[in-house]
Amino acid sequence: MTDVKLAQPVPVDFTAMPAMLKRVIGLAMKYPWHMVLAIGAGLGATIFNLVIPRLLGRAVDQAHFLAGEVIPQAFQVHQGLLWTGLLLAGASALRGLLQMLSGYQAEYVAQRVGYDLRLAFFEKLQRLDFEFHDNTHSGDLITRGMLDLEGVRVFIEMGMQRFVMLAMLLLMGCWMLFSTDPLMAVLALSFVPFVAWQAFRTAIYLRLSWTKLQECMSVLTRYMEESLQGMRVVRAFAAKSFEMMKFDKAADLALRLSNRRIFGRTGSMSVMTLAFYTSMAIVLWVGGHRVQSGQMTIGHLTEILAFMTILQQPVRQITMIVNSSARATSSGVRLFDILDREPRIKDRADARELVITGGHLRFQNVSFSYATASGPKLILSDISFEVGAGRTLGIVGAPGAGKSTLIHLIPRFYDVTGGGITIDGQDVRDVTLHSLRKAVGIVQQDVFLFDDSVASNVAYGDPDAEDEKLFEATATSQLHDYLKLLPDAYDTRIGERGVSLSGGQRQRLSIARGLVPAPSILIFDDATSAIDVATEQRVRSGIRKAAGRRTTIIIAHRLSSVMNADEILFLEQGRIVERGRHAELVALGGRYAELFSLQSSADKVFPTPENRALTLEASL
Amino acid sequence: MSSDSMTSAPAGTLAGRSRRSLGQDHEEDIFLSFDPRIFRRFFGFVRPYKLSVWGSLAAVLLFVASQISIPIVISHAVNDAVDSGRVFPFDWVIAGFVFLIIANALGSFLQEWTAARLAQQVIFDLRRAMFSHLQDVSMGFLDQTHVGRVMSRLQGDVNALQEFLETSVSAIGDFVLLVGIIVVLLVMNWWLGLLTLSVLPVLIIVRAIWLPRVKSTFRRARDASSIVNGVLAENISGVRTVQEFRREEVNFAYFEQRARENLEAQVNSAWASQIMVPTVDILSGVALAVIAIAGGSAVLNGRLDVGVMIAFIFYAQRFFDPIRTLSQQYTVMQRAMAAGYRIFEVLDVPVAIHDKPDAVDLVDVVPSVEFRNVTFGYKAGRAILHDLSFAIAPYEKVAIIGPTGSGKTSVTALLHRFYDVWQGEILIGGYDVRDVTLDSLGHTVAMVLQEPFLFTGTVLENIRFNTLSATREQVIAAAVAVSADKFIRKLPDGYDTQLGQRGQNLSIGQRQLLSFARALVADPKILILDEATANIDSFTELDIQNALNVLLEGRTSIVIAHRLATVRDADRIIVLQDGKIVEQGPHNGLLAQNGLYARLLKSSFSSFDEAQPGAG
Repeated sequence: MTDVKLAQPVPVDFTAMPAMLKRVIGLAMKYPWHMVLAIGAGLGATIFNLVIPRLLGRAVDQAHFLAGEVIPQAFQVHQGLLWTGLLLAGASALRGLLQMLSGYQAEYVAQRVGYDLRLAFFEKLQRLDFEFHDNTHSGDLITRGMLDLEGVRVFIEMGMQRFVMLAMLLLMGCWMLFSTDPLMAVLALSFVPFVAWQAFRTAIYLRLSWTKLQECMSVLTRYMEESLQGMRVVRAFAAKSFEMMKFDKAADLALRLSNRRIFGRTGSMSVMTLAFYTSMAIVLWVGGHRVQSGQMTIGHLTEILAFMTILQQPVRQITMIVNSSARATSSGVRLFDILDREPRIKDRADARELVITGGHLRFQNVSFSYATASGPKLILSDISFEVGAGRTLGIVGAPGAGKSTLIHLIPRFYDVTGGGITIDGQDVRDVTLHSLRKAVGIVQQDVFLFDDSVASNVAYGDPDAEDEKLFEATATSQLHDYLKLLPDAYDTRIGERGVSLSGGQRQRLSIARGLVPAPSILIFDDATSAIDVATEQRVRSGIRKAAGRRTTIIIAHRLSSVMNADEILFLEQGRIVERGRHAELVALGGRYAELFSLQSSADKVFPTPENRALTLEASL
Repeated sequence: MSSDSMTSAPAGTLAGRSRRSLGQDHEEDIFLSFDPRIFRRFFGFVRPYKLSVWGSLAAVLLFVASQISIPIVISHAVNDAVDSGRVFPFDWVIAGFVFLIIANALGSFLQEWTAARLAQQVIFDLRRAMFSHLQDVSMGFLDQTHVGRVMSRLQGDVNALQEFLETSVSAIGDFVLLVGIIVVLLVMNWWLGLLTLSVLPVLIIVRAIWLPRVKSTFRRARDASSIVNGVLAENISGVRTVQEFRREEVNFAYFEQRARENLEAQVNSAWASQIMVPTVDILSGVALAVIAIAGGSAVLNGRLDVGVMIAFIFYAQRFFDPIRTLSQQYTVMQRAMAAGYRIFEVLDVPVAIHDKPDAVDLVDVVPSVEFRNVTFGYKAGRAILHDLSFAIAPYEKVAIIGPTGSGKTSVTALLHRFYDVWQGEILIGGYDVRDVTLDSLGHTVAMVLQEPFLFTGTVLENIRFNTLSATREQVIAAAVAVSADKFIRKLPDGYDTQLGQRGQNLSIGQRQLLSFARALVADPKILILDEATANIDSFTELDIQNALNVLLEGRTSIVIAHRLATVRDADRIIVLQDGKIVEQGPHNGLLAQNGLYARLLKSSFSSFDEAQPGAG
């Protein structure tokens, strides 16, 4: 149906950020002990991180103060230095171990949250109804489940942890410096606000430019992909220069954006470095004069300089923290948008199991419309019919007449907006989805096969089915003889890593797949369009023989597929305009008759590629 | 080269894409060791920007020199501070420091900026070269190659090279920095230098042991994540089938299993990478302890300036960084080598068909076509067309029919020079197709394919395609002529409606009408039509039939026919079998001959009649 554009993530959404980050942190807090350990170990690592400059300063003082003097207890001084050295090694080791513990715990929690989200997302997608999936691009959902999930997860792993570490480092560092020497503390920390602000700005700039660049790159990718896929068209029209022109235009724009981005990034990084060293120059200058005048020890100056060096990296990481928060916000919005949705179609609280007594299907004044931006759009109106147990109904109509929508109402892929549908007297909305869908089988025109073995695909609706049952189904759909000759017979993989099937073979596999669960009501939605007429007849008589008479609905463009039905409905713009048996409709001389004469005269088609060889064989 | 190999259900394509991205991850895992040939070819793309390369190397040197000098200046400042009787006055040293930090900032900016810019430029050049080359390689290569795989080379591999290029400049910087630090330490005080640096080999050995061990852990984590994402993608693409067959619970259990395996692999990988953190910290702690104990004692004994001790502290705080980035760079290089290998594999696909140096443009040529003793096949020794000769007069309408494998599609592909003949020649208006420019050939002969291909973009852009001179009115006129106008106007934005996912919101018949309109706008003298429309419903079919009549008017046309109506209207019908003409002539003449054509016709009638008893 409608093709919804890929939702573009907002680069930085500050209004949504607090609530979203709170929610993400809430997810991490489901693992409180791991979080406590992560933060506790981080705190410990920070303390040891701050102890190191102090020890370094002490070592310098111990060495320097007594240099050149005659010391009575030389041994004790040397021992002092030895202790300082050992403490340095110990503090470094402990810092490393605690940092490892903290990092590991943070990553563990992040991975657990990722696991939880992944399962929740998967479960929700399976339950959300067709209408949702019609309106959502599958590529967009895949992006949400992969990249957006990652965006949320990485925030817990990196953004959150780094932020906590930085905050602790800054707070404790300030406290230590200010408590000993406020003037030097102000000088030493003077670069922090500037670099923090710059890092923050850079993060936002980079995020904005990244989004733009990504858009540009995806256009470029699309150009290349389509040009390669449509190479025959490109060559048939000698359009190489046209394609190169499109490429160059997109590439030039991307290159320009990218260069501007690089300039912004490196420029800002250099400015941050310069700010840091400028502070250091001031500290050195003022500190040096104070050391000269004896107001300060050389060890204390070393301590401040070493502390500045330690602080430099984390402050720059504000860029990363802000970016990670922004990404988590936009990703979180997109991810939770799905997780918070409730499927519109679900079991009633008092839903009962569907009890099949024969498969009598009844539509009573059914209408269906779906909501669009410009109000509800009517797809079906006033549809009433009955298919008796074991009877066959044919449905014919132009594309867009509402045929597929009509049959999708039966297993409740959509709910009627008016009227009602009953199976053996029970309204489909009163029974459990599971029992309903078990009773109703649909074979679609567009066959989706899974990247798995032939057997798994045939047994998709009943994974525990015995081999005999599978063989029976494929024999009915006239595919068994082909499948058993495949390299690994029924264990052959289908799809990219295995055999590729022709359109007709896919449809016949899909028919077999539909037969395996033995539904009471079987629906063919233009499911034989790629199968030649003769094979189709064999398939149909096979189905009749195999399972006796079951309630069947056949949608087809080829009238030969429906002409034996007990009743045929001709749909036009969501209404039944003609109904009756084949002969009656032909006699009526209306739309159906017109179509029939079209198909049986002007439209006599040479055999489709699949059966061409077959008929040729017969004719030679 | 069968015509139906191009057809695939849209759902299948979607699933295919998700799986392809999975395969791509695996491909990235291939590592190659250093290969000078790849390196040389790669630098062929860098050569045009030689100046930038030297510029960025100069910037690297400036940056590294300033980076190394900063601790030296600090040590002088400290020495001055404790003993003012030194060579340079304290304030002068500080002035020197300011000068250095400006140089440092400038160097770091220039280094990163020039390197990243250069990398971007080279990457775009490479991508362009590949894309352009793919436009020229033989159709046979493209038929056999998965577009997804080619795309992963155009994107993933090219990006791997970009990473390599960008980091290799800073890697050179890191290397110089490391050497510089070592030299400076040894010069300042050789024995303390040696003592401090003794931790370096330990780190290198530890990393050398660690890296190969954790590589498989990292790889498992990558694999597990691509598996779990692959399962997710497949379930999203096939969600309708999942719900139809009530597989929700079975699939969820399967997914949960994969997600758990992924969780375990990721946690293991986290552990493997975190284990390196304390190792580095312990070693740097040892280095600092050595400086405190040995250096401190030396200062105490007056054998060492306190400034030098402080300089050592600053160097020790940063000499672990280059080692870490350098060993990462090795992995990046290996990946780049593998990527380079795959990229050059694409660039090396030979171009079999190109313009002769003296090729002429086909302008205002008489639209006649002649096949003269043409022999051709796709595999050596297995000819599809045997000594085929026929001539088509200007403005004649010819239909070619025949069973699968009879060579129909080959005839049209040769006329368009997708391939070159083995023997004989093909003439258009008297010119051998090999003697004219491909571009002018493409403008003279157009082709409408069996599977209509639309591009993402508006309806208007799709009809206009590369005939940029066509006005909006001309485009609309073409659409009206092929009766596409009706449904186009019903689309939300009419001619400006964006076609999502290559026109997947249109029916196949509607897409075919758009491709007819496209051919009409291109206005070729000779039109080739592969008109199989197996999936078209009868309602659209009538429109298509009318559109065909408009389209073929006033052109020489060759139609690979599947439908009786087209065949009957043709001036002449050529029946091919096994690459030879078995009969030709107008419809009635052939019927009278009662040959293969008559039998083919009867067979399809009979099977149709069988299914419709009593139908006229």
